[in-house]
Parts: sequence; C-alpha cells; structure tokens
Amino acid sequence: MPAPAASSSSVVALRGVAKTFPNGTAALAGLDLDVRQGEFLSLLGPSGCGKSTALRIIAGLSEPSAGSVAWGKQQAAANGKSRIGFVFQEPTLMPWTTVFNNVRLPLKLKGLAGAKADAGVIAAIERVGLQGFAGAYPRELSGGMRMRVSIARALVTEPDLLLMDEPFAALDEITRFKLNNDLLDVWQALRTTVVFVTHSVFESVFLSNRIVVMAARPGRVFTELAVDAPYPRDQSFRTSAEYAALCRRTSEALSQAMSAGGKP
Amino acid sequence: MSNTMNNLPSSANRDRALRIALPIIVLALVLVIWEAVVRIGQLPPYVLPAPSLILQTLIADWSLLWQSLLVTLLTTVEGFLLAAIGGVGLAVLFNQFRLLEYSLYPYAVILQVTPIVAIAPLLLIYLPQPLAVLACAWIVAFFPVLANTTLGLNSTDRNLADLFSLYGASRRQKLWDLKLPSALPYILGGLRIAGGLSLIGAVVAEIAAGSAGAGSGLAYRIAESGYRLNIPRMFAALLLLSAAGIVIFYLLSLLNYLALRRWHESALEQER
Repeated sequence: MPAPAASSSSVVALRGVAKTFPNGTAALAGLDLDVRQGEFLSLLGPSGCGKSTALRIIAGLSEPSAGSVAWGKQQAAANGKSRIGFVFQEPTLMPWTTVFNNVRLPLKLKGLAGAKADAGVIAAIERVGLQGFAGAYPRELSGGMRMRVSIARALVTEPDLLLMDEPFAALDEITRFKLNNDLLDVWQALRTTVVFVTHSVFESVFLSNRIVVMAARPGRVFTELAVDAPYPRDQSFRTSAEYAALCRRTSEALSQAMSAGGKP
Repeated sequence: MSNTMNNLPSSANRDRALRIALPIIVLALVLVIWEAVVRIGQLPPYVLPAPSLILQTLIADWSLLWQSLLVTLLTTVEGFLLAAIGGVGLAVLFNQFRLLEYSLYPYAVILQVTPIVAIAPLLLIYLPQPLAVLACAWIVAFFPVLANTTLGLNSTDRNLADLFSLYGASRRQKLWDLKLPSALPYILGGLRIAGGLSLIGAVVAEIAAGSAGAGSGLAYRIAESGYRLNIPRMFAALLLLSAAGIVIFYLLSLLNYLALRRWHESALEQER
C-alpha cells in the first residue's frame, strides 16, 4: 500500500497514529508528528505517554493500530526503514563478541563486508571516542562506554534518521552530561536527523531545537516548544540564564501535560 | 584496623588451603578406620574388603578392568556426542518450526520421565547389545541438552532481536549470529549434565544386559564380580567408574570455562 508522501522538508510524518496493545492499553491515540530534515527533536513526557511506542512505530518495529507513517521523498526512495539507526534504553550489545564486531553488526546483516566496511567501523568507533577499545568485550567497559558503542553501532550505517529511546536514563549525571556534549558534536558533524526520547527536561532543552511535550493515557502531543539557542552548545550554555529560563518553561509545559493526562 | 587489613589475604589463602586439605583428611580418616575395622574384626574379604586389598586388586586386575573401562567410556562418549548433536539439533528444529515442536516435544518428555532401568530390557530385545547400551546412554543424556538449548534459544534479548529485525536480518542470520550465541551458556550447562547422565545410562544398560560375553564394560564387571562374590573387584571397578565420572565432569567444566570466560557471568573470575 503506497503511503501518502510527507511534505518535502519532513523526514517522516505521523498522521493520526494510534496504538492499542492486545491487553487493551491505549498507548497512543491520534498522534500527529512531523520530523523535519536535520533537526534534533526531543519527545518529552511522563512514563506511559507512549513516546517509546511512537519511536518503535517510526522504526517499523511496531505496527500502528490506526493512522499512517509517511516518509519524505528522499527516504521513500531509499526505502525509509533501511536508513534508520536505533539506540535502545540499554546498550543492547552482544556480550559474546568484541566492540568491533558489535559495531560491525548492521553492516554484516546488510551483507556489506570487506575492508571498506571495516574502515567505516573503525571510524564510527573513533567518532564516539572509543579509540583503542575495538578489541574489548562489552563487560570490560563502563556503562557510559557501552552506550557509546551502541551509538557507534547506530551511526555505522550513516543513517538519515537516528532514533534514541532514553539512551542515557540509566547513567549517572556526570557521564550523562559528557555523553550529551559528545552527542551534540556528533550530530553537528554528521547533520543527521535525531529523534530523542527522554523524561528529563534538562536533557531535552540542552540537546534539541524542538521539544514535543506529550501527555499520557492515551499518549498524544500536548504542546511543542522551540529551543532557539544557537549551537554549538557547551558547558557555558548549561549554566546560562537562558538555559535556566528554557528549562523553567519546558518544566511548566510538562506539568501541564501531566495534569492533562488521564488518571493512571 | 591495619591488623584486619593485613589479615585479609592470608585468611583467603588459609580458606583455600582448608578447602583442599579438609576433604583429604576426611578421606584418610575414613580409610584408616575402614582398614582398622576390617583388621581388628577380622572380616573376610567377601563381607568387606580392606582398602589395601581393593588397591591390590585394582593393580592385579588392571588389564582386565582397564579394557572394561575403555568399553564403558567409549559407549559413554558416543552416547554423549549423539545426545549433544541430537539435543541441540532438535532444539534448533523445534525453535524454527513450531508445529514440529508441538508434535514431538511431549514424546521427548515421555522418553525422559520413563525410568531408563525399565526401558533398557526392552531395548535389549530389539537391538544388538552394543547398540542397546548406546541407545540407553543417548536417551538419558539427550533430554537435558534439548531442554536447556530450548530454554537458551528462547532467552534471547528482545531488544537485540529487534535490532536484528531493524537491519533486515534473515532467519539464518538470526539463528547463527543471535540465538545460538545467546544460548551457548545454556547449551554448555546442558552438556555438563548430559556428560554425567550418559555414563549412568551406559552403566544401567550394561547391568541390564547382564550375561554378555567378552568386551564387556565396567558395570558388567561389577555385576559379574557380584555373582562370584569377588567383592574387592567390585569395589575396584566402582572406584574406576567414579573416577571416570569425575574426569568427564571436569573436562566439560573446562570446556564451559574456555568457551565463556571472556563474556559470561558464570565463567568470570572474581576480580573484586
């Protein structure tokens, strides 16, 4: 079934997407969402607002119960799904093999092997700052380093769209700040479109150009905030009055979204 | 304070020394008491042979017992290998073809829960003796491999499975690059159980076979020595069987360690 084309600047557009699980839980209802070319978009919301479900639907890992997912022209030509990188909540690495083989996995599964692919693997490992760890096993790495491996694996196919599902939620704050900084560097270098799911106001403001605040039960878009602060953003942005003001505004939007959400 | 700190390594060492020394001391004590009871009570060897006599018998009958040990070990190893191949292979087939699993799994369970001692005589009627013994070893050892491999194949990380789907992995790639490596610790656990069980299966079948002629295994030697009231030889053969069981267990533990030491929790050395 040919999906309707999204507007030209969108990478992907969700229209009226609903998801009801077999147990009757309505995770999403009437979700409209445009992901624009090159942006860093955060989906912010309380747990249960269906933000992870929305991400899984975009990735094609889950089918919507209703509504449509339309890919932009460029992506439709490249068969959308094949141009996606996904980073899970946990590092989700294969414990039985090395960092190199973990990062190489997407290329291997797509049947792209050989010296050129291997050079790309090494480049992806270096891009996330893990030079010299290609031969290490996941268990020999810290939590933050494992997440870096996971990001390198998502980047190795040079995706148009990088989907990240609360990737830093389990990390300590110092590691999380460091990874936030490094993720922005990578994003600026590659100009990839990113959809980032989080429940941290501070993280969403620091990273994104645009924050979509979601409400729960059923999951839907509550409001949308633009974050106009210029990139590159670094430690000085994190301590600026502008950042604090943005965080306050976003926080207020989130609490309104939470009181608007249905009772659990 | 510093006293406790200094004590830590030496107490760990002492603990390890005790772990090795205590079982040996217990063994020595038991042997001495055993020997003393036999000598003081002047018990005849057909009632209870002294440890020294068992050792003498072991040396005197070595060539006979060694031949029997080889027969039993060969059956055990063959049964074990067939169980490993059959168990893993069938589990993979079950995993790939659900209908096959629904059709056959109940019968694998029935084969497992029916006591092997009861099946052995029947097998001996329909199969030539060496084959019947092998079949027994296989039946006993096969189920733990099947059950553990099935469990392992179903324990794959869901997110990793999603990741494989996202990158368009084929069924074959999901099996070889995801499911089988995830299942490896479970498979090796199953094999460790199967090693001991295939020895039990071989022994049970040999004893059930009873009156076989030349080329018979250790269990047959035990039964035969029992009929002849050659109790010292019974003990000597039993000693060899235990030794064989221990060697099999440690060889499989070593295999487990070598395969998993780089990544699996169960094989990691303590480093904290």
